[in-house]
This record gives sequence, C-alpha cells and structure tokens, in this order.
Amino acid sequence: MTIQSTPDFVRNTMIAPMEPPASQRGAVKWARENLFSSVMNSVLTVLGLLALFLLIRGILPWLMNGVWNANSLAECRAIVAANAGEGASGACWAMIRERWHQFLFGFYPADAYWRPVLAFALLFVALAPILFSGIRRSILWMIGIVSVCLLLALVGVDGHALTIGLAMLLMAALIGVVLFAPHRLIWFTALYPAIAFFLLWGGSVWAPVVAMAGFAVMVLVYQVLLPRLGVVMATALGFVAACLWWLFLQTSVSTTIDGILPFGLPSVDSDQFGGFLLAFVIGVTAIAASLPIGILLALGRRSDMFLIKTLSVGFIEFIRGVPLITMLFTASLLLQYFLPPRTNFDLILRVIILVTLFASAYIAEVIRGGLAALPRGQYEAADALGLDYWKAQRLIIMPQALKIAIPGIVSSFIGLFKDTTLVAFVGLLDPLKGVTQVVRADINWKGIYWEPYIFVGLIFFLICFGMSRYSMYLERKLKTDHR
Amino acid sequence: MAMAADAPKDGFRLSMLIYDTRFRAITIQVVVLILVLLGVAWLLNNTIVNLAAKDKDINFGFLWNRAGYDIGQALVPYTNDSTHFRAALVGLVNTLVLAFFGCIFATILGVFAGVLRLSHNWIVARLMTVYVEMFRNIPLLLWIILFYVILSETLPTTADFRASAALIADGQPPLASMSFGGTVALTNQGTNVPAPFFSRGLGFTQIGDFSINWNFIAILVVVIGSVLANRRVRQAARAVQESTGVRPVTWWKSLAILVLPITALMIALGLSFDIPVFGKFNFAGGISIAHAFTAMLIALSLYTGAFIAEVVRSGIQAISRGQSEAAFALGLRPGRTMSLIILPQALRVIIPPLISQYLNLTKNTSLGIAVSYLDLRGTLGGITLNQTGRELECMLLMMGIYLIISLIISSVLNAFNSAVRLKER
Repeated sequence: MTIQSTPDFVRNTMIAPMEPPASQRGAVKWARENLFSSVMNSVLTVLGLLALFLLIRGILPWLMNGVWNANSLAECRAIVAANAGEGASGACWAMIRERWHQFLFGFYPADAYWRPVLAFALLFVALAPILFSGIRRSILWMIGIVSVCLLLALVGVDGHALTIGLAMLLMAALIGVVLFAPHRLIWFTALYPAIAFFLLWGGSVWAPVVAMAGFAVMVLVYQVLLPRLGVVMATALGFVAACLWWLFLQTSVSTTIDGILPFGLPSVDSDQFGGFLLAFVIGVTAIAASLPIGILLALGRRSDMFLIKTLSVGFIEFIRGVPLITMLFTASLLLQYFLPPRTNFDLILRVIILVTLFASAYIAEVIRGGLAALPRGQYEAADALGLDYWKAQRLIIMPQALKIAIPGIVSSFIGLFKDTTLVAFVGLLDPLKGVTQVVRADINWKGIYWEPYIFVGLIFFLICFGMSRYSMYLERKLKTDHR
Repeated sequence: MAMAADAPKDGFRLSMLIYDTRFRAITIQVVVLILVLLGVAWLLNNTIVNLAAKDKDINFGFLWNRAGYDIGQALVPYTNDSTHFRAALVGLVNTLVLAFFGCIFATILGVFAGVLRLSHNWIVARLMTVYVEMFRNIPLLLWIILFYVILSETLPTTADFRASAALIADGQPPLASMSFGGTVALTNQGTNVPAPFFSRGLGFTQIGDFSINWNFIAILVVVIGSVLANRRVRQAARAVQESTGVRPVTWWKSLAILVLPITALMIALGLSFDIPVFGKFNFAGGISIAHAFTAMLIALSLYTGAFIAEVVRSGIQAISRGQSEAAFALGLRPGRTMSLIILPQALRVIIPPLISQYLNLTKNTSLGIAVSYLDLRGTLGGITLNQTGRELECMLLMMGIYLIISLIISSVLNAFNSAVRLKER
C-alpha cells in the first residue's frame, strides 16, 4: 500500500484552509468594497452618513415624543413640553386619531362607513381573477387576506353584528365560488361596477340592475341577429338596442319595479364623498375605463385608414398637450355649454369622464410603444395564418404588445392615481387639499402641517409603491425570453 | 379546381361594402366621418343654444378691457390699468420662467441622483433610492403645498426683524436676522434677495408697447460671441489632434474666452447689487421673491428630478456592460470611459423620455393654483375668467397656448434628438 509506505514526514491529510486575512472577510471586506473603495467613495460615504445622522437627529425625537391623546394642538404641545421638557418638539398624532375618518371618507355618513369598506374589499375580490390570471391558490390567498382585513375594518368602523355577519357570509360564498368553479369568479368581476355603485351611492337596488340589463339586451339582440345578419351588423344593432334601452326604457322600468318591490340602501349624495374614498372612486373607474379606450386609440393611431389615424393622432396630441387642470376646468365650467340645455349630471361623473379621456391618451402612447416594439414578423405570421384583423390583434399582437407595455401602463396608472388629488380645484374634497384644508381650518388644529401631510403622503406612497412592485412581479412572471 | 386568379366580377352588391376588403376601409371611414360630423354638429348646436339662452356670444374683445387686478410677480411692465391681454402675457411669462428654472434644477438634480443611484457606494445608492421612490410615489400637489406651508408658516414675520425700543433697551438683538452675510432676508412673506443693477447701463428704447433692454442685448451678444469663439478654439485643437495625434491643452484658453469678456462687460456696465435693507416696517430694495414661486420651484425640481433620475439610470443601464469592458480593455480610465463611451450612447436613450419629463414639468406649472401663483392659468384662466365670465373664450385660449408651448418644446427637442440620434443605414 502506497499510503503506508509514505515516509512519516509527508503529510497524508489535507490541512484545513486558513481563514482569509481580517481585511478580506466579513463586515470589513464589505465596508471596504461598498463604502470606502476609493477616496471619492469614502468622501461620499462620510457625507451620506452625515446626512443620515442629521436627518435622524432631527426626526427621531419628534417621532418619539408623539402624542396620540389630545383634543387640540395646544394641548399636544403642552403634553410634549410636560413629558420631554420645554422646547422639545413632538408629533401630534392626536389629530389623525380624531380626524382619520374624514381623511378616508370625507363627509360620508358615519353609520354607512361599512359600505365603502365592503366595496373596497370586493374590489380586490373582483380584481383577483385578473391579477392572478386564474391561479386558484393565489386567488384564495388574496380573498382570505381580504376577508380578514374586511372583518377587522368592519369591527373598527361599524361594529353592527348584522352587517359584519352578512359581509362575512358574502365572502364565504365567494370563497365557495373560487373552490368549486374558479372560472366563474370572472362574472363577479363583470358585475362589480354595478355592485360598487349600489354600495357607494345607495338608492334603489333596481337602478344598477336595470342598467346592467342593458348589456343583457345587447347580447340578446346579438345572438338573435347573428345567424341572419353576420357579426358586424349584429354587433352594431345590439349596441344600438342597448343604447335605446339605456336612453328611453331604463328610468321607467327601474321606477316601475321599484314601485312594486322597494328595496335599497339610503342614498348618499356625491358631495358627501371625499378623502381617499373619492380618490379611489375616480382613480379606479378612470383606470378601468381608460385601458380599453387607450388600446382602441393606439390601434387607431397605427391604422392604415387616413381618417381614423388623423382623428386618433389629433385627439392624443391635443390631450397630451394640455395640463390635466384645464381638463378638470372643462368638466366643471365648459361641459354645461356642450351638452343639451338643462342637462346637469353629477360633478364626480363629469370629472371621471374627463380624467378617463386624459388617461386614455397617455395609455394609448404607451401601448403604441409596445406595438412598435413588436417585430414585423409577428404581424406577417398572423396574416399568413389567415387571421382577420381583430383575431390577429386579440390572439397574437395584443398579448405581446401589452406585455411589453406593462411598466409604462402601470406608471401611467400611478400617475393617474396621484393626479386624482387635483380634483380639489373643481370643488371636490380630495384627501390632500380638500380634507387637509378642512382640518387645518379647525380652530383646534390650526397651525398643524407636518402630521396631516405625512399621513396622506404615507397612504399615497403605500398604494403607488405597491402598484409599481406589482408591475415588477408581473414583468418577471410574463418574461418568456431566456437571457 | 380552378385557381381564383381574378376577383369575381359578378356586379356590385351592397354587402360588399362591409365584407369586401377593397371597399371596407372606405365604408368605415365614411361612417366614422358622418358620426364625427354629427357629433361635432350636436356639440356646436348645443353650445350655440346654451350661449343664446345665457345671452352671451363668442367674442375675444374683452382682452382689450382694463384688467383691474394686481399681479405680484410681473416681469413684463404691468399695472392694474393694463389690459386682460397684458395680464395673460404676464401670466405666460411667469409660467415660462417657472418651467425654465424648474427644468434646469430638475436636470441637475436628476443627473446627480441617477448617476449616484448606480454608484458602488452602498449608502449613497440607498439614499438616492429613497429620494427617488419617495418623490415618485407621492403626489406633486402634496410637495407643493407642504413646501409652501413650511415656508410661509415657519419663517419669521417681517416684524421680527425690527429692533424695537424694548429690545434695544434690553440690549437684545431682533428676533430674526438676515442670512448669507446679511444679504438675504427670509420672511413669511417672501424671500428678499439682492437685485443686480447697472450703474452705467445702456438704457432702454421704447418701441410701441414693448421696450428694448440694451443691457440684456449686450450681455446676449457677448455670451454668444464667447461661445462661438470657444468653439473655434476647440475646432482648432481638434484639427491639431487629427494631424499630429496630440491634443493641445485648451482648458485655460476656453476658461479665459468664456469668463474674461463677460467680466469686462459687467465692470464696464457697472454691475452692483441693491441689497435689501430693513426700513421702518418692511424691507426696502432688492427683489422680493414670493413663496409661491419658491415653493413651486423647489417642489417641481425635486419631483421631476426624481423622474429624471430614473430616466438617467435606465439610460446608463441600457448600455451593455460589454461597452465599458471594451473601453477598459482599450486602457481608458473610468472617467474617460464614462464621458467618451457610456454617456454619448446613453444620451440617445435618455433624450426622448427626458423631453416628455420637460413637457410634464411645464404642464405641471399649472398646479400653481394651489399656492395662488399667478401663471397663465392664474391670470387668463383664473381672475380674468372669473371677472369677465367668458369661460369658453378663456379656456379655449388657455388650452391653445398650453398646446402651442408643448408643441414648441417637443419639436425643438425632437430636432435635437434627431441630430444626436445614431445614424443608421
């Protein structure tokens, strides 16, 4: 055996490697590489640490001395002075404790807070099948978390056992739907606009039901006429029939049914909406409506038909050339000139329409970028397969173009949501200017400025940051190239 | 089976308008045209009926009536006896001034933050990430209002600068004092800064409604002359470099050409500063900058700067690693790699989104409404609109002007973009 024959002075086992020198391992190495790799870097590090130190030294005592129980700013300051000594600064969170409901709901009736809360929770249920494209486990997780949050929120704002019980029953039913027929949940998504409208504005239950029946009329007419007249005419006539239903029959039908079966919630006026409730109503509606309009505009802009192309380009460039504020003023000042005399519809609705048009122009440009990034071969392949224009768009072009455009679409949505604060300038009660002004005008809280803006800013930050993180998740999930 | 070489020739049927691709495009366009015309006619008819019902007409004559309101920040000569047109002009200038300075500060901030965000320095990169995410995810309106409220509620009042008899008797200084060596006064009313003026100025020439400022023209001529001369020096240096391979040192020549003439002109014109001095009740002399302007400028620069930082970062990241590795392989130092290899290529990626950020900033100046900054929207679309009650005319004019500004900015920058674009086959 060779091992036995090796002389004693030759080592026959490997010696354990020595540890790297102290400067080449652990925190020291990390700091040398990431903080002090060069003179310039060291200077930057020192400056950064200094900035951080000054920031923390300024903010930390203010946060630590925060007061949660007080009835006015003066009382807050007195408590801070008593606890931390004269001249110390401290946050006065008591204002938020007293006024949080105004920041969230505006002047919405307090006994009906469960309605917007429920509508908000159902929004996530309605979004789940779209966000997770039919992955049952993710949808279940989402609905489960939403149910728990809903329970906590309802206990917090309302506390009536009946409403909480009914809401939990509804959530249980929805979980049942997901468990046994996950693909049916999309019907809930389709019905969600009517449900949310009913919950938020209240009134007779029949108004949204009859309005949704317009879509049933459209489908019915389409199905009846399809064998005789073909797709194009059937779609057009179905659309006309639905419009006739909404314009002439809807009101009389819903009042008749309401006369027979009066059922509904107490109605809430639009001018009672405010705070983040208003931001969400405008933001979510405009986001949902602007995507299809934006897709159509983007297709129109790339169309071969001269007239369609000119109209789309003109619309997009006009909207993108003027500030949103002028569009909002159009909604509040000019729309009365353009509509038939004595039409006077809700200011929130007018603002939503104009904000939707505004957002759709930006979405159209983002989607056009996605369409332009698609290789020409994809269009040619769709043509070679014999697909007609809409089939090619639906099956080949749009799935790829939208995937490319996701980051842009989401950042447009974030921009739109942030821009909902501008509705304050046409007299609506947005969380930022509207509600904060009301709070700051109160004699008890006069002179408070950091706390309300930090509170509102934090909520906006969480929502917008969440949206951008979701878009990154989506981008990763949909990435199919191997790089 | 015969090949369908020709289209069937059996006459024209009505259904071919929809199902025959030769006619379908025309049919659709005709239908759309009719619908659009009907829609426009309906809107116009409504407008005419509504205007008639309110006993109004469409008339821009009100622009030549007396405005009757004061504008704090008027860079064009303006009194409350001037016309509404002139008020709108003052507002337009205020919009453009804000947009101009906002773009400059936002670009500086954005480039710094974008480059530092890619720094290998962990703490600096994190700090910049926090800055970018914080400003990108919180509405601009919040920043504007917050900065305005802080400026106008935390700064000392004008009265605090007064050395009252009681304080003098106690031997105490006034409650507040001027900053920057006693040249700048920050009060809750505004910022008082020294005003430059020329003791041996060239004066003005009045032509009709407008006046020509000869000092300004002299400065402009000297600056343009220096820039052109500097370009000649650099061209000469380049010629030498291309013939001999050695680039002559030019930085001191450039510095002299750029600095000396303008300094000489300033001395010749007698540049001096009018420093604000506290009088009996208020500051006299200097320029008072309203907090509305300062708050708008700070908020717009920080907010747009965060977006520009992202644009710069993604532009630099779009240049593949291979480019910088190739540059290192050629023996270029990191600084030169950045300036000669990375930046020229990244610039092409950066410019188009940068243009849209500038456009956004310009449009966002209309948020001055939140702090009563009298820009175009504040004068034409605000006070003038409310005083004359001519919503339609004012809104049309305002939208038209914003549209023209946007189109001008985008066309100028697009021309620049096509000049630096990669020249392909």
